[in-house]
Amino acid sequence: MQTHGLAELYRQMGRARAFELAVERLWRRGLISGEMHLGTGEEAVAAGVVTQLRAGDGLALTHRCSPALVVRGVPLVPMLREMLGQSDGLCGGRAGHMHLSSREHLVACSGIVGASLPRAAGFALAAKRLREGAVGVAFAGDGAMNQGMALETLNLAVAWSLPLLVVCIDNGWAITTRAGSVTAGELGARAEAFGWTVARADGLEVEEVQRAASELLARCRKGKGPALLHVTCPRIDGHFLGDPLLEQSRHLTGSAAKQTLGRVMSAAVSSGGGGALQRAASMVKMVGTMAKARRETGRGDRKDPLRVAHQAVKRAGGAVDVIDAEVEAEIASAVERALAGIEVRDA
Amino acid sequence: MAEVSAGRTGSSAAPRAVAEEKRLNMVQALNEALADEMARDETVLVMGEDVGPDGGVFRVTEGLIERFGNKRVLDTPLAESGIVGSAIGLCVGGFRPVCEIQFMGFIYPCLNQLCSHAARLRNRSRGTFAVPMVVRMPYGGGIRPPEHHSESYEAMLANTPGLKVVIPSDPYEAKGLLIASIRDDDPVVFLEPKRIYRAFRQAVPTAPYEIPLGEARVAREGSDVTVIAYGAMLQVALASAKKAEAEGISVEVVDLRCIVPLDVQTFVDSVVKTGRAVVLHEGPRTCGVGAEVAAAIGENALLSLLAPVERVTGFDTVFPGALLETHYLPHEERVLAAIRRTIDY
Ligand SMILES: Cc1ncc(C[n+]2csc(CCOP(=O)(O)OP(=O)(O)O)c2C)c(N)n1
Ligand SMILES: [Mg+2]
Repeated sequence: MQTHGLAELYRQMGRARAFELAVERLWRRGLISGEMHLGTGEEAVAAGVVTQLRAGDGLALTHRCSPALVVRGVPLVPMLREMLGQSDGLCGGRAGHMHLSSREHLVACSGIVGASLPRAAGFALAAKRLREGAVGVAFAGDGAMNQGMALETLNLAVAWSLPLLVVCIDNGWAITTRAGSVTAGELGARAEAFGWTVARADGLEVEEVQRAASELLARCRKGKGPALLHVTCPRIDGHFLGDPLLEQSRHLTGSAAKQTLGRVMSAAVSSGGGGALQRAASMVKMVGTMAKARRETGRGDRKDPLRVAHQAVKRAGGAVDVIDAEVEAEIASAVERALAGIEVRDA
Repeated sequence: MAEVSAGRTGSSAAPRAVAEEKRLNMVQALNEALADEMARDETVLVMGEDVGPDGGVFRVTEGLIERFGNKRVLDTPLAESGIVGSAIGLCVGGFRPVCEIQFMGFIYPCLNQLCSHAARLRNRSRGTFAVPMVVRMPYGGGIRPPEHHSESYEAMLANTPGLKVVIPSDPYEAKGLLIASIRDDDPVVFLEPKRIYRAFRQAVPTAPYEIPLGEARVAREGSDVTVIAYGAMLQVALASAKKAEAEGISVEVVDLRCIVPLDVQTFVDSVVKTGRAVVLHEGPRTCGVGAEVAAAIGENALLSLLAPVERVTGFDTVFPGALLETHYLPHEERVLAAIRRTIDY
């Protein structure tokens, strides 16, 4: 299996991050509409796994699809044109930012949470019949793992001994719901119980992710059945841009947080309803949710995977500044070309 | 409060001065309905993804967990099939769950539970078990989101015997219809037009009130043509009616309120009076609600018709991306053109 040096992994992570930040700017200018889930925080997963794929492998992604697409080499300008709703976009302007797909790269994304698992399983079966050595890969969140279609896939993939790799990107959240409060057992153990090969990796360490992915993929390619890679990582920008939970938790004294708190308190003391104990338990839950959101890694924090990789490259004597400058130039040029002919009216 | 809900029309003011009122938008009105029913009936539960501390993606359940506690407001795993499936079991076990699905586009994972079980349990148990469940969800276009966040597939549900399909058109309607849906002993799919969630406020009685399911209303009186609509499209119908008036055309507007049970009598009476009909909805055209309404008019008012029934609808395509949304959604000009065609026929 080919390995990629740390510097190259860092470059891919940087491209993924810079792309997300560019998308954010377009979104803030009103050029991309609808809820925008950035994949900031998932760069090490995207780079660590996707660099290990070959031509002929299929990739099924989620509502946070762009980091993996960028690393896979899907051309940036058509991707951006698609997000901008243009008819010369990657999917003719019909898919938007949550449903990108490229036949050439064998990738398809779906905003339906959980859909990536059976999709990749079917691709894996096709690969098994038609493209020996190729695999199906699904990215899925921790929330997605609780969908019926995900659990069905855990069974089916073993029953059919599929060359399938599921990468569970565990950020500990499904919107505002804490994974721990709605998930039975440990996700890796769950897959093991079905007979999957399971590896766990820290999503802050891109080389660790790459090693684990490479080993699991090698097993899949040899026909040894499905594998799950369980990676933990931060959700740096909340569920979507402008996430009120994140913003209010980070600014507890701000007016929005105060308003929410006021509403919550008045609900908690209003007449009629549950007993004191139950109300108190709800308040504890509320506070716990906000506390977790408050602890969430921010851009550039010590636990931002991009920063972790940046420092590792620097320590190894790599030319981080050159890489950063090249990445920035690449993305800036893509954005400029993507905006050609689009009327921009900034507020 | 019963008189409040009876025969409310837009033109002749309803006798609403009786009770205390507050000016609420639709989200607030729905929130009040949920809180009122939870306070009145201990068996009413709210369950769904992020309905707890978050208050749901559109904040309809805000404050409920703090007031009623986490035994009555359940944050579920991300699993629509599990939500609706377990709600059916809760019904059998003595509860009245109100489930939230975050967008109508996420209903498909639970259609099996909804159509194979919720809709049929009463019939197959010969009435031994009822399913007093409400499944609420925002639906329809108007907020320029990506795919799966705009669809309006009420006809698909209406074509499933055993389900009631209720769609409010303003805050007042929303509160009364949701309360009636929660009190109903059979499964109700309650579709909330997200486009008008916060579009305007309206006087809404503070006390609980029911708007009976299966009774349409005349939202505006007129004499030349009847426009039949529901949900967010009712506002489009009313605005079009106003514009038509400037052209000397008097438009009556009927708000269906419920797709199932469908109140055929109210719109047939109106069409018998006006002689012309335009049906308006944002869901796809083929086999849509408009087709059913047109058929019912054909069966019951054929000889009163002065022109063919017009349908103004969405298109038979997947709901398009943001830039095409305004082309997809029926708008006043399309409604006016249809009105004129019935007059000029
Ligand atoms: C079937 C379905 N239900 C609900 C949603 C709404 N939704 C979008 S993302 C999301 C949370 C997903 O959580 P997870 O799988 O952990 O991914 P993450 O957002 O954390 O990356 C939800 C509930 C959806 N898109 N599809
Ligand atoms: Mg998650």
